[in-house]
Amino acid sequence: MAERWTQAMRPFLAKWALVAIPYLWSFLFFLAPFLIIFKISLSQTAIAMPPYTPVINTLGEFWSKLSDFSFDNYIFLTEDPLYYSAYLSSLRIALVSTVLLLIVGYPIAYGMARAPKSVRNALVMAVILPFWTSFLIRVYAWIGILKPEGLITIALQGLGILGPGEQIHVYNTETAVFIGIVYSYLPFMVLPLYAALEKLDATLLEAAADLGCPPTKSFWVITFPLSLPGVIAGCFLCFIPIVGEFVIPDLLGGSETLMIGKTLWAEFFNNRDWPVSSAVAVVLLIILVVPIVIFQNQQKKV
Amino acid sequence: MNKTTSWFNVTSLVFGFAFLYVPILILVVYSFNASKLVTVWGGFSARWYVELVHDQAIIDAAWVTIRVGILSASFATVLGTMAALVLDRYSKFHGRALFSGMVYAPLVMPEVITGLSLLLLFVAAGFDRGFWSVVIAHTTLTMCFVAVVVQSRLITFDRSLEEAALDLGCPPVKTFFLITLPLILPGVVAGWMLAFTLSLDDLVIASFNTGPGATTLPIKIYSMVRLGVTPEINAISTILISVIAVGVIVASVLSHRSEVEREKAERAVFLAG
Amino acid sequence: MIEAVGPIKRKFAPWDDPTAKPFIRFENVTKRFGDFTAVDNLTLDIYEREFFALLGPSGCGKTTLMRMLAGFEPPTEGRILLDGKDLSGIPPYKRPVNMMFQSYALFPHMTVEGNIAFGLKQEGMDTAQINTRVAEMLELVKLGKFAKRKPHQLSGGQRQRVALARSLAKRPKVLLLDEPLGALDKKLREETQFELMDIQVELGTTFLIVTHDQEEAMTVSDRIAVMNHGVIAQIGTASEIYEQPASRYVADFVGDINLIDGTVSAVEDGVATLRCAGVDATIVAETGTGEVAVGAEAGFAIRPEKVQITLEAPPAGTPNVLSGEVWDIGYLGDISVYRVRLAGGSIVKATVANLTRIVERPITWEDKVFLTWPADAGVILLK
Repeated sequence: MAERWTQAMRPFLAKWALVAIPYLWSFLFFLAPFLIIFKISLSQTAIAMPPYTPVINTLGEFWSKLSDFSFDNYIFLTEDPLYYSAYLSSLRIALVSTVLLLIVGYPIAYGMARAPKSVRNALVMAVILPFWTSFLIRVYAWIGILKPEGLITIALQGLGILGPGEQIHVYNTETAVFIGIVYSYLPFMVLPLYAALEKLDATLLEAAADLGCPPTKSFWVITFPLSLPGVIAGCFLCFIPIVGEFVIPDLLGGSETLMIGKTLWAEFFNNRDWPVSSAVAVVLLIILVVPIVIFQNQQKKV
Repeated sequence: MNKTTSWFNVTSLVFGFAFLYVPILILVVYSFNASKLVTVWGGFSARWYVELVHDQAIIDAAWVTIRVGILSASFATVLGTMAALVLDRYSKFHGRALFSGMVYAPLVMPEVITGLSLLLLFVAAGFDRGFWSVVIAHTTLTMCFVAVVVQSRLITFDRSLEEAALDLGCPPVKTFFLITLPLILPGVVAGWMLAFTLSLDDLVIASFNTGPGATTLPIKIYSMVRLGVTPEINAISTILISVIAVGVIVASVLSHRSEVEREKAERAVFLAG
Repeated sequence: MIEAVGPIKRKFAPWDDPTAKPFIRFENVTKRFGDFTAVDNLTLDIYEREFFALLGPSGCGKTTLMRMLAGFEPPTEGRILLDGKDLSGIPPYKRPVNMMFQSYALFPHMTVEGNIAFGLKQEGMDTAQINTRVAEMLELVKLGKFAKRKPHQLSGGQRQRVALARSLAKRPKVLLLDEPLGALDKKLREETQFELMDIQVELGTTFLIVTHDQEEAMTVSDRIAVMNHGVIAQIGTASEIYEQPASRYVADFVGDINLIDGTVSAVEDGVATLRCAGVDATIVAETGTGEVAVGAEAGFAIRPEKVQITLEAPPAGTPNVLSGEVWDIGYLGDISVYRVRLAGGSIVKATVANLTRIVERPITWEDKVFLTWPADAGVILLK
């Protein structure tokens, strides 16, 4: 098919430009920066602006200075427990959040897919709409709810569950981070699940019932296995960005929550240590390369 | 479907949507709070909106954000549509794997990485950080979303329409503008809107790549939030949410209506034999 | 719909005239997609004003051949000439050839008028002329009332007509039709076939149709090329292809056929005798154009409607007699199909026109019957 079109689109210049322009843009502004970040992660910290001493400037220098490369920044990452515990904690939080998202998102997606056809589009719209509104604002909304003197405390006091002086302490804990992540990433989980469940042929379940399979069992042997592509897509779509999440742990997690996105931000904006923050980013990237590649292969199959 | 499952479905939908919308609703309601304390209801008032209008810093930030949004969304739409065409049409060329990788990776790439790496590029290239660096950063991020949206539209596009135009004597580039573009336009428009809202929304990448005089609204809001919760933030948030919600709903109603009309016409033809 | 066909019901056979110049010529054309050869060293001449059909199963290369003529695919080898001019390197939008697509490919965002005018606008024709031509085309396909409608407001049959009008509007030298009636139901398809023929005669345009429907090909076209695996299995008029298939493939693909295997035992004056051990019979048949030698393995092919079925044994010495018993009877309304099982176990089909209402069938299940046919009813096909 593609060949056919190529053939028809005879002016090769147009074709060449069509490929080259977005290609160059992505190369220049997406891929090349990674090479630079890698380079800077191998430089020494300096107090100047930009706050690093570049190790390589030209290709010739590259070879002569090969021995000057310093892995100091990486060694530094292993020496300070702050960093590796931040990585571990990020991965743990991302994993737990992804599982929570699946548990919360699946029933919603299932309910949407089984809803009457006439309202389905409206439901999809309703799931997408919060996604269009600002991420920052949605996280901010939870501060007012979770704060010790916030709405949950007020509500519980009103119901008499909490005494007048008592408060709920969720804000600035990991629990608040989980709530914030599940809330913010829910559309990313629900939409792929819905897409997979909506495609499911209802006659399959009828056939299973006809062959003597009770509904609960047919969910596990028919519905769930067939929705797996959606489950996988949703999980990756959530897990990967959550690992590097900054806004949610920063606003809801307080000093207690350790996440690598926060560490990187602090290293960059507060300590102004560009080489170390670059090294943090490079390590994060290496950790995420495997899930990203799996995700892309999955996308290609769909 | 038996009764128990549909009861279960309705319950999960009600709870799910309550979870999604109640926090936003609370945010909106408290923007009309007369009290300075966000969580204590002090009666209805629009005073925070009035204060907002007089806050020059916020107005400036909003103006920067809108300009960044319009420019980056427009660039991203052009680039993303081109990328979608390439991915849809050219099954093999040198570096296609790399190309599709570069198109899909930013969708999931943590923003701190994208933001930091772009900043380092600008510094290395000696490019002054400010308005244009944010525009470039947002274009790079959002073109991927445009590409995905447009590509999904292209998959359902009947290629023989282009061949028919060529067959009738229309040269390729003209064919694209006369036939292909009008027919994938809903996807392109949706892509633009998505790119615009993503740009409007972005804090992390903008924070890394901004410079003097290019403070965007999310950066401004973030610094306000760090200083404490105030009803003024609720007021800005409410305005942002309403603008986007109205835009999205109007767009989807319009596209839905044209689809319904089309369906009606088709049914009428069918019934008429 | 279209009024009585023009004055000439012509005797039209330029392919029999050695001085006639072909209008379209495929010259040793090969097309490969990777390892797959879609068209294999194919040479074919089509004459001006001809209604030519490419017939074959899907994947036989017929569509690829048409798309090469339209300019959507370049031939891997060989060349294509139109009116003596080599088309190599000429893009589709500069060829004097128009195509009617299988999906119709009507531009959904343009009205019926807009669709028909599209090609004319590309030519740079002035507006007044365009309007006249569009009105003319709408008249031709009887869609005047629907000029302002969009394609989705039309029925399938109407869309088909718009597609036809659009592809004819530019007065192409050749009109290509890719399975043009495939999406229509049977009744409408038959009507439309005759309309297509009328339009072709009226305009005198050369038509090239691609179809997998043999009835359609036989109804509309002057000549048919039966294709198989990228090569032409046979070219001829409908009756030539049906009555004198050149190969087992053609005999089998076009219409229904009985094939009986045997060995040639004698050839004399264009008549061969075939000894068929499998069915314990001797068959006498005309050799046709092929070289038939004594001792050759051959098959005898005969159409079911040419086989007579009787209860009484024919007089002794009658050639071409098979005997067996009725295994199955299929009643199709206009005809009945008898499947007769021979002594060796093989099945021969015979069809009988139901000229009268059959209250009681004279021949019924398990009857012992005799099958006969004249010597010129079938053909001998070499292996």
